[in-house]
Amino acid sequence: MNNQTMQTFGGVRGFLARMGSIDRRWIFLAVALSIGVPILLQLRPPEVPGPMARATFEAIEAIPSGSRVLLSFDYDPASEGELQPMANALVHHCASRGHKLVFMALWPLGKQLADTTIKDVLLEFHPGYVYGTDYAQLGFKTGNEGVIKIMTTAIPQQYPSDAAGTPLASLPLVASIKRLEDFKLIGTISAGYPGAKEWVQYADGANPDAFTLVAGSTGVQVSQLLPYYPKQIEGLLVAVKGAAEYEMLVTSKYPVDHDQSRFEEGRRRMGPQLVAHLLVIALIVLGNISMIAGRGLKGGAR
Amino acid sequence: MKISIPTAERDSGSSAHTVGARSLLRIVRLTTSCLATSCLTMCVSLVSANSTHAMPPEATNVLVIDEPGDSGFALRVMWTVPDPTVTKQARVERSATTSERAANPDEAWIEVATVDAAAGVSGLLIDGLPKSSTDPTTTEPIAVRVGLVGTDEETAAFVESEAVVAVRNIFLIKRLGLAVALVVVCGSVIVWILLSRTGRSVKIRRIAALDAVDEAVGRATEMGRPVLFVPGIQDMTDIQTVAGITVLGRVARTAAEYDATLEVPTSRSIVMTAARETVQAAHFSAGRPETYNQGNINYITDEQFGYVAYVTGRMVRDKPAACFYMGAFYAESLLLAENGNAIGAIQIAGTAEPSQLPFFVAACDYTLIGEEFFAASAYLSGERDQLGSIKGQDLGKLFVAAAILIGCALATIAVFVPEGSVARASLSFQSFFGG
Amino acid sequence: MLQRTIPILILAASGALLIIAYFSPFTTSWGEVVVDWFNVLAAVAYVLGAGNLLAVNLEKVSARRAGWAYALLTLLSFGAMLAFGLFKIGAVPNADNPNVHFAGSYESTQSAFGWVYEYILSPLTATMFALLAFYVASAAFRAFRAKNLEAILLLGTAFIILLAQTAAGMFLTGWIPEASMFAFLRLDWMKVAITEHIQTAGMRAITIGIALGIAATSLRLILGIDKSYLSKN
Repeated sequence: MNNQTMQTFGGVRGFLARMGSIDRRWIFLAVALSIGVPILLQLRPPEVPGPMARATFEAIEAIPSGSRVLLSFDYDPASEGELQPMANALVHHCASRGHKLVFMALWPLGKQLADTTIKDVLLEFHPGYVYGTDYAQLGFKTGNEGVIKIMTTAIPQQYPSDAAGTPLASLPLVASIKRLEDFKLIGTISAGYPGAKEWVQYADGANPDAFTLVAGSTGVQVSQLLPYYPKQIEGLLVAVKGAAEYEMLVTSKYPVDHDQSRFEEGRRRMGPQLVAHLLVIALIVLGNISMIAGRGLKGGAR
Repeated sequence: MKISIPTAERDSGSSAHTVGARSLLRIVRLTTSCLATSCLTMCVSLVSANSTHAMPPEATNVLVIDEPGDSGFALRVMWTVPDPTVTKQARVERSATTSERAANPDEAWIEVATVDAAAGVSGLLIDGLPKSSTDPTTTEPIAVRVGLVGTDEETAAFVESEAVVAVRNIFLIKRLGLAVALVVVCGSVIVWILLSRTGRSVKIRRIAALDAVDEAVGRATEMGRPVLFVPGIQDMTDIQTVAGITVLGRVARTAAEYDATLEVPTSRSIVMTAARETVQAAHFSAGRPETYNQGNINYITDEQFGYVAYVTGRMVRDKPAACFYMGAFYAESLLLAENGNAIGAIQIAGTAEPSQLPFFVAACDYTLIGEEFFAASAYLSGERDQLGSIKGQDLGKLFVAAAILIGCALATIAVFVPEGSVARASLSFQSFFGG
Repeated sequence: MLQRTIPILILAASGALLIIAYFSPFTTSWGEVVVDWFNVLAAVAYVLGAGNLLAVNLEKVSARRAGWAYALLTLLSFGAMLAFGLFKIGAVPNADNPNVHFAGSYESTQSAFGWVYEYILSPLTATMFALLAFYVASAAFRAFRAKNLEAILLLGTAFIILLAQTAAGMFLTGWIPEASMFAFLRLDWMKVAITEHIQTAGMRAITIGIALGIAATSLRLILGIDKSYLSKN
């Protein structure tokens, strides 16, 4: 090997070693591009529904049509991007089955997100739904898991009125509900505490066989929920991928005649996610190459 | 042949129709039922020549008991099916209470459920019964009657039980397993506290993250930069916040001794108050009460990302040399830790949020994982009582491990021998611990 | 002395009562009462927090300390949101009471409060959350180094999950028949095996440890052995 070749080799190795301490702003730029470009190009890779999405779909299919369902919006605008697609699909699925929907929130800003979902999905695609008879909005209550605890025995005590201040007794849908057992299914879209874990511990734990519990969760939180699936949580939607798979199942059985994009949000987000994941893998590989190159340089110096 | 018309159907029919319409309806219904029964009989005869079509005998030994060890308002009804070959289901009804009869005088019996006839062996639970008007912890005396339904849908005469009062019990029997676990775990903690008081040596392994507290605060002092302590984003109701505040006591004491500036931004007002109390106490302990500055411990906002925006902004501007994250963290964990890493601070984290541990491990110098975090205050205090409690906790862990092993062994054997006594033991074991 | 004794007694009594309450239906409501008390206390504490926020920022503005303009912005925003919420500025009266301005919902986007929520707070919080994508990438780049066997295992697991969580997983290994003996080589199969078995087992171990840690910490507090959270004067 001549001298020039050795210098070139050392130069490449040195360059690779230096890549290990690359300014993080380059990484940020790469992430921005990996997310922005697929959004602009509308990249939409094909998805295949997994077992968890299928379990969620089947849990909702399994309860009799017209059952009373409680949907808790336990997230806020920060995780809206990750969780709203599954909330949309869940509401559309329940309404397509003719279930009676009762909305609530354990997070202060969850109520507004539930309102938006009611407006954009429930009333938009199921205009026959009448407030008080087919759906009701109980709103947000402070108290975290304490709210669930009280609801296991006394819903009217926790929610004497709905979000607009109308007494529950005057709303036919919720006039007779006393406890959580009066619902056939509870669905929680959860971004953390209080959320799906608390629903398992305090609602399902108090009466394990009284109702079906399904949950939608952020990707980062799911590791805490997996121990409860599928015994306590019968259906679990995980992050955008779970939403995309569930959207496919719901829209294939219950297609909509307009504004289909409302139920393609999850699938739309999978394009940027694919590229971003590949970028992270590339970065990890680059980091390791850089480490190995650095070791070689140190060895050479020795 | 007896043709059974469900109670609810009878009632709704009488209220919704005129007398003439009602008679017509009755005739139509009788005819339809006769036709249906005849058709069914013919079909069954065609399908199986061996089928039996006799009316099922009445249920025997109909017994109602108050459900033991419950929160009240529940009865359990049991019955015997004399001839299971001709019996398909059992219809269970209960007597109406005084208030129910007042609301609906025609309804003396209320349908509870129609279940598999064999359910009478283990008993059917009837819960959610109305409270007595005189005693809110009991029900009125309630009788239950059972009518067996034959394989060809015929119903035998109802057999009525004695009236029984459902009472609320002092102890919830379904939580017995948890109570035993509580006694075992708490008992082992208390036993070890007592043992350590008698002078028994308590050796605890070193926790690098806690040993690094002095180093981190010392470095901040040398560099003339502040120390940042973030006690999570939850309120004092979260035990992690309490654990974080106890670690704060130690960090504040070291900072007071070194005369370093300690900043504690909080996202809850009550945490701010608790943090002020703790830091003030630490300054007293260090013999430096005059250096305590409550202005360094402030409430920012309850809003998660508003709080994070403030703290990360502050980190970038002030460049603290040491950052402590001790408490309950969610999505903000990585935002804080990565910013801390970017400014070159020594970072020590502790949380019991399993989903956030990987982020702290990746971005911080030291991380207290789960139970280490709860052991931190005891470890830092060095007091015998507190160290003893950690040993007790370990003993509790041993009991848990033993229970898991026994449960796994029983469940595994039950898979291969599903009918044996081990399978029953496995089920009992699971139900004892609420599984 | 009383400053330490009374809180310890309150803690010990309420802790012991709540444990009993969990096991006896006669006392279940005590837990609910305690939750209500805490909510009342937390609501009052908001005043304390708001007071502190005002004091700190006013002091900063009046002393013209570094960043005083931000403090002023904080004060103005605080005052504006308080006014929007209290006086329901811009709220549209509801149909039942068309002439009563205060009967309207402050949450609708026609009201100033709802508008700020919808068009300022929501995008801001979503932006903060979105920063995670950038930090995850930079943390992964720095932390995932194959330095030893454990790190290599971690690295391999990360690759499997990252690929299987997208369509890349199906693209790379979807051609392996699900019913074949090589199905375990499918990335989606591996992801399920890792998350539902290995990860869940580890998570359960950590969770059990945490639960025991919580029990021991609570007991230390209830028995008054750990008093480090209390003032000493």
